[in-house]
Amino acid sequence: MQKQTRKAVALVSGGLDSMLAAKIIQDQGIHVEGINFYTGFCVEGHTQAIRKKDQDKIKRNNAIWVAEQLNMPLHIIDVVEEYKDVLLNPKHGYGANLNPCLDCKGFMVKKARAWMEEHGFDFIITGEVIGQRPMSQRRDTLPVIASESGANERLLRPLCAQLLPATLPEQEGWVDREKLLAFNGRNRKPQMKLAQDLGFEDYAQPAGGCCFLTDETYSRKLTDLWQARNKRDYEIDDIILLKIGRHLRPRSHFKLIISREEGETRFLEGYRSHFAHFYIASHSGPLTLIDGQLSEDDIELAARICARYSQGRNAEIVEVKFVPPGGETKTLQIKPLPSDDILQEWHV
Amino acid sequence: MSASHHLDARNLLCPMPVIKLQSKVKSLSHNDVLSVTCTDPGTKHDIPAWCRLMGHEIIDTTEDRNEIVFTIKVIKTQ
Repeated sequence: MQKQTRKAVALVSGGLDSMLAAKIIQDQGIHVEGINFYTGFCVEGHTQAIRKKDQDKIKRNNAIWVAEQLNMPLHIIDVVEEYKDVLLNPKHGYGANLNPCLDCKGFMVKKARAWMEEHGFDFIITGEVIGQRPMSQRRDTLPVIASESGANERLLRPLCAQLLPATLPEQEGWVDREKLLAFNGRNRKPQMKLAQDLGFEDYAQPAGGCCFLTDETYSRKLTDLWQARNKRDYEIDDIILLKIGRHLRPRSHFKLIISREEGETRFLEGYRSHFAHFYIASHSGPLTLIDGQLSEDDIELAARICARYSQGRNAEIVEVKFVPPGGETKTLQIKPLPSDDILQEWHV
Repeated sequence: MSASHHLDARNLLCPMPVIKLQSKVKSLSHNDVLSVTCTDPGTKHDIPAWCRLMGHEIIDTTEDRNEIVFTIKVIKTQ
């Protein structure tokens, strides 16, 4: 009788660890398919394609790239809506910034478990390593992820499996535990050595991980958005716009999102029909979206700020157009605000 | 071969164009031809790579100013 080929679904972030974990299991004759979750906060999904200064960088989605290296089908799942509850109500709290790492990992493994059951797969693999991350990858939190996700003993961490109790794939002999690894701690050298041994010369090494929620500046902008709206909620466009442009909040009831260069201007143009916005008519200058409501007084102040960031910053008069959504364009002849009058605390 | 199905993925950032494509392909049949219009330059790598992984065939790629159009033949083996 022919031996049944076992199937595993691998959580693929696009980083090195999940790539190695999937490769180790593939090499044991298991059919592996990748799954990648798009939360809206994935670093590579936001701005790499926008800024002109980044045009020379290779633009690729690292999860897709990893799947290509492993010749492995990849399923990218949009979880933006479901993820809101993970971020807004994390049972296990936040890390150093707005990163709900433990809840996030539990959520993703739970989603992977549902996918596994729906598609007739046998187990789940992740690139987790004991001690690698201060919140979600500790000896005491790894079992929490396994139990809260419902994956239990069908969750295998190939990179540190030898330091953990044997999971179902090991107990059943689907994989050879002896060929799994015992990586531990924050040191990346073992992974880099393994990558070299397996012939991987190129891989993504995002500093601070692949999630914007670990970033202090980004978390501050998100907190500001919630405070200004008096509501902890967001839409996908909100979280994308937080990463684009210069954000200034001169008054509590409105914020300016000012493009910093041509690529950002082009991208923000796609939002013109949804936002009141300013553009500079008499000089080269940024496109500025308004998040919030402007009074008549606010319009002049906002126009003067926009002009400050244009090529007409030293001119006596700059012509600025204000376009309310669905309304009539208003032309303003204003003097750019002096740089000293742009208060530091306006910068979000 | 001209496309009988179209997907507008303009002004979407990666990986949304691939997610939209993945979803669209699910609703199509074997040998259907689909055109996808994108503006994210990252799709120049991602969409052909995803198609290779999932067995779909890129018939044509054109680029005009900031828009990239992929013509894809859907291959379903099962």
